[in-house]
Amino acid sequence: MSMLELRTGVALVLLLALPAAAQTYGFGRPATEREIAGWNIDVSPDGAGLPNGSGNVAQGKQVYDKSCATCHGAKGEGKPADRLVGGQGTLKSDRAVRTIGSYWPFATTIYDYVYRAMPYNAPQTLTPDEVYAVTAYLLHLNGIVGADAVMNAQTLPKIRMPNRDGFVPDARPDTANVPCRVDCR
Amino acid sequence: MSKDIREADVPDAGVGAGSRRRFLARGAALAGGAIGAGAAGAQTADNTPPNVPAWMKQEGQPLSKDPYGLPSPFEKHVIRQGRGDQVMPGAGSLQSPLQHLRGMITPNGLVFERSHAGVPDIDPAQHRLMVHGLVKRPMIYTMDDLVRFPSVSRIHFLECSGNGSRELRSPFGKSVQISHGLVSCCEWTGVLLSTVLEEAGVDPRGKWVLAEGADAAGMSRSVPMEKCLEDAMLVYAQNGERLRPQQGYPLRLFLPGWEGNISVKWLRRLKVAAEPFMTREETSKYTDPMPDGTARQFTLLMDAKSVITYPAADHRLRQKGFHEISGIAWSGRGRIKRVDVSVDAGRTWRQAALQEPVLDRAVVRFRLPWQWDGGEAVLQSRAMDESGYVQPTRAQLIAERGMNFGYHNNMIQSWKVGSGGEVTNVHA
Ligand code: HEC
Repeated sequence: MSMLELRTGVALVLLLALPAAAQTYGFGRPATEREIAGWNIDVSPDGAGLPNGSGNVAQGKQVYDKSCATCHGAKGEGKPADRLVGGQGTLKSDRAVRTIGSYWPFATTIYDYVYRAMPYNAPQTLTPDEVYAVTAYLLHLNGIVGADAVMNAQTLPKIRMPNRDGFVPDARPDTANVPCRVDCR
Repeated sequence: MSKDIREADVPDAGVGAGSRRRFLARGAALAGGAIGAGAAGAQTADNTPPNVPAWMKQEGQPLSKDPYGLPSPFEKHVIRQGRGDQVMPGAGSLQSPLQHLRGMITPNGLVFERSHAGVPDIDPAQHRLMVHGLVKRPMIYTMDDLVRFPSVSRIHFLECSGNGSRELRSPFGKSVQISHGLVSCCEWTGVLLSTVLEEAGVDPRGKWVLAEGADAAGMSRSVPMEKCLEDAMLVYAQNGERLRPQQGYPLRLFLPGWEGNISVKWLRRLKVAAEPFMTREETSKYTDPMPDGTARQFTLLMDAKSVITYPAADHRLRQKGFHEISGIAWSGRGRIKRVDVSVDAGRTWRQAALQEPVLDRAVVRFRLPWQWDGGEAVLQSRAMDESGYVQPTRAQLIAERGMNFGYHNNMIQSWKVGSGGEVTNVHA
């Protein structure tokens, strides 16, 4: 490589092509651990992201009755907002009922979603104990755990949801229409 | 001739529609006779030849009246509209008035909207993008930082995967706005996501990126790393101006050709991981139930689709003779290659003209001249893209996917023109 090429910026282009060699622009600043901790709210199926704390079904009923029932029904039957209970065994029918119990593949998603988005009118206000508890209660209403279940960072990822194996990859394109012009039907 | 008829034929779908109809009717009545109602002002006076229009006899509005320009008050009926099925004011969608749009670009105020917990009022000075997880350098960016990066502008469609979901079981939308209005097309400007990820230094184990919004839903989706590095954008401007709040101001993810929901709005966080996060929006929602009880997951691409926007349901043809059939087509697989139109419920098809430019994963306008003989007709359009994919019929989709899928319904749409000229939504 000649000096001329270097000066005309070929070196910069090469740098860009190398993944993660170093920062090219250097904008922004490093995120501190404290900053990350405040925003790092996601929970994965393997339990990564679950905080300390725990809650049981009875405590969960209290949280639910106080903070959720007005929108999701006294027992999770729904109305005005989403139905949270029931529907197991309906997924093959023409009028499938998809709920946490019949459709959701991972129990960890309940924790993740309830903490980040519920109650709808006050998201990210429940304590970890409350989220574990209401998660236990919703699992219990769906017949997935017993009345004495306790949810925490160890027990929740171990729950096997009824529809755990119900998801398949995208299979499209799955139709093969023919662009016919005359006498088409 | 065609223009006047065309304007009169275009109905006033939607809220506030009546006013235009009444205005037109009133104008017609006055034109037909009563002159000399002089006191009534410009709107009710006869401003047609041979009279000199009132608006030529006085200075118009001051230039400073609307520092941010607004449409003519006579276009008040051209607005976004919902399906009226919202549980909460902030959780639902507003459809774009496709029947009133003319070219390929959707004006910013008419871009469809789908939000899950309202539209946040974000102060851009306090908005931050955090990039962390499996990266060498966890980073925080301000909006000022992000706009300093090299930028790109690209014209692409954006479509909610629920667009047309109600049309599968029975004809639902009383207008093309309600049936197909969850699609828009804009010029999007921002920085390539690959640029920002390279700055952070992605660990080779990083195969997925969680994108999280700063709304009250904390909207979150897992994006395959391949797409992030291929053509994903961090967008801060649409059609030349900063994003509208409804579109994710001040920052959104944009994934060309993919379902709208995954282009997370109000983007605040990107977390790199080895596996998908299995968020609620990629398990409970935005998955496609199949008749055997399974559901397809990560169905992200939007397949080719088209719809006739004139004549369409809620229009009424008032005169026989020439009508220009016009509509839009788009595909997440690339450029639209051909659009065919049928006026006999799919028995015969003619090729429509495509308006240039025909861009990759953008809306294209198609047109076909048509002589309406005054009889019944069923109008359909069928898009084909450069990958060879042909928009399917409803029967073909149901044969593959049953009746439970709702997302990704790209079936050929049928509009029936009755002998009285009324146009309705039908299955044919
Ligand atoms: C003010 C009404 C309201 C309250 C109170 C409320 N929710 Fe919700 N909930 C909603 C709405 C609306 C949605 C759907 C949001 C959307 O459209 O994305 C929802 C969705 C959900 C879902 C997802 C359902 C699915 O199948 O995808 C779960 C789980 C849930 N809520 C749990 C809770 C829990 C637990 C509480 C109490 C801690 C709660 N909600 C309180 C309104 C409410």
